[in-house]
Amino acid sequence: MAAKNNKQFDPVETLQAIEEKFEMVQILNEDGEIVNKDLDPKMTDEELVELMTRMVYTRVLDQRSISLNRQGRLGFYAPTAGQEASQIASHFALEKEDFILPGYRDVPQMIWHGLPLSMAFLWSRGHFHGSNIPEGVNVFPPQIIIGAQYIQAVGIALGYQKRGTKAVAMTYTGDGGTSQGDFYEGINFAGAYNSPAIFVIQNNQYAISTPRNVQTAAKTLAQKGVSAGIPSILVDGMDPLAVYAATKDARERAINGGGPTLIETFCYRYGPHTMAGDDPTRYRTSETDSEWEKRDPLIRFRKYLEAKGIWTEAKEEEIIEKATEDIKQAIKDADAAPRQKVSDFINIMYKGDLPYNLKEQLEVYTEKESK
Amino acid sequence: MAQMTMIQAINDAMKTELKNDENVLVFGEDVGNNGGVFRATEGLQKEFGEDRVFDTPLAESGIGGLAIGLSLTGYRSVMEIQFFGFVYEVMDSISGQLARMRFRSGGRFNAPVTIRSPFGGGVATPEMHADSLEGLMAAQPGLTVVVPSTPYDAKGLLISAIRDENPVVYLEHMKLYRSFREEVPEEAYTIPLGKADVKREGTDLSIFTYGAMVHESLKAAEALEKEGHSVEVVDLRTVHPLDIETIIASVEKTNRAIVVQEAQKQAGIAANVVTEITERAILSLEAPVLRVTAPDTIYPYAQGENAWLPNANDIQETAKKVLTF
Repeated sequence: MAAKNNKQFDPVETLQAIEEKFEMVQILNEDGEIVNKDLDPKMTDEELVELMTRMVYTRVLDQRSISLNRQGRLGFYAPTAGQEASQIASHFALEKEDFILPGYRDVPQMIWHGLPLSMAFLWSRGHFHGSNIPEGVNVFPPQIIIGAQYIQAVGIALGYQKRGTKAVAMTYTGDGGTSQGDFYEGINFAGAYNSPAIFVIQNNQYAISTPRNVQTAAKTLAQKGVSAGIPSILVDGMDPLAVYAATKDARERAINGGGPTLIETFCYRYGPHTMAGDDPTRYRTSETDSEWEKRDPLIRFRKYLEAKGIWTEAKEEEIIEKATEDIKQAIKDADAAPRQKVSDFINIMYKGDLPYNLKEQLEVYTEKESK
Repeated sequence: MAQMTMIQAINDAMKTELKNDENVLVFGEDVGNNGGVFRATEGLQKEFGEDRVFDTPLAESGIGGLAIGLSLTGYRSVMEIQFFGFVYEVMDSISGQLARMRFRSGGRFNAPVTIRSPFGGGVATPEMHADSLEGLMAAQPGLTVVVPSTPYDAKGLLISAIRDENPVVYLEHMKLYRSFREEVPEEAYTIPLGKADVKREGTDLSIFTYGAMVHESLKAAEALEKEGHSVEVVDLRTVHPLDIETIIASVEKTNRAIVVQEAQKQAGIAANVVTEITERAILSLEAPVLRVTAPDTIYPYAQGENAWLPNANDIQETAKKVLTF
């Protein structure tokens, strides 16, 4: 790289110039109006209705999951309300052959990618049948180690690239995840190999309780992609059209040899971090909550669709009823799963023969279990 | 048949499998054009192309993530960790993710990944290059941990590791890379994982060992022979899972045993071998099973390593204690 000694560089100015470039992209405002016609992804009416259907369904699933958890009928659960645009509209831009590496809050995308609801419930309860992803459903069990999914996504993307498969690997993390080493390694590897990966940061403002501004000095999380030399964008994460358009664009670029993209969706989770004792009132005010609720993705999308004359209250009721019925049935199916045995755990350790220690232990436990 | 050093045998094993299966990929830091810092991958990129043998950015965790993702698209990765002392950077990918890939997907996915890495002392490396961390790996359910001691074993074991459907940690002792040559068949052959090899037969005492210590143990056995003791040397070859049958059969024959490892004494492989013997064959024993190991300090500074590493004299001394108990 040739040095330019005749010019005075100001590193502060350089940073500011980069940060100013990362303005948040919005297409549909809080009142359900298109404010950025040039970027309108021009979805068909059918697609718009389907996306709204999935968001409403997912909101019901969240509400029902929270009550089921409180009744002791579900296990680990990370609430999703508020993040429907981030989750469902980003997934909506994918195809069946694309691979999803979710974080633990990203169960809805797995379901819309083909994971049966009853399996999601079994996963939540801590039953291994819930992780045994059906053949042809391209998802990996939700990642627990924050950031690990980012480096794994590159492996899948590189695999697709080597096989000439026109598909992407898409992975999700939160604002806190962008502080992890694996986050940087993931976006850097994908950039270096020009692999078809899409990295989504759902910036819901808090990593459990730690606010976004404690996480990093970076003004936006999207700008972190600049250091890896990959295209990056910040979108209104409560705006389904902006999230969809950005993801669709990233996918097009990726499958046509344009490499990876980093997308920051600026959003909010209404509920606690998880249902395991987190109390958001310790780190958020109800004023902040209600400010964000005004930007709700379902409200603005409903207004947009109603104005187009393609959505009605009756239609929404129908979806709510369907979701409620599905959930009831899925819980029944999950209840029917057999009790887990130690011998099951031994048998899913290795593909092929067991080592001597497990062979012996399998014998001991099989004998115990037969009594 | 060709005469090969261990590093040539390792190179040959990768070449054999790259030829044999188009899903085999070899990657890591400097493994491409440069052929690896020890030249283990010398010539492979040239022969098989950059698509199959390639350099990675300098980030061990990312290398592990790559292997995991590639398994999900049907590839069989041979990933290199440049020195095993750097493994802490990739512990989540190895122990947190690869080792539990099949388990955490309820049996759905598996990870046919070979993690190759140089390790072990005696070659005056800078700090954090020479640690013997096989015990750390062996403590993780889901991993197979292999340590070859000869060129012939190195090739057959590496081919088995690459063909295995589960993650295998394959550790290459740096001191053995070029220390001697032996006949190694040019064609493909496998040595089963989890099978020990009796490197020397004897009737009075069994030495269980692996890696560079196999050779120190053989030297000790020869010296003891001159004093009238018949010593058996069993090369574990795979340190997890152990070859219990071979170990117990040897103890039942000799009734006396010592375990030799280059690693520090605390926890580790030798402790596990001793435990297995006491649980399964205590009534065959005429004496306590003793260990020859390095002391429980951090791996020493290069100029002091020879004072620290166990050697044939240490082994002889301990063997005599057991023989005369």
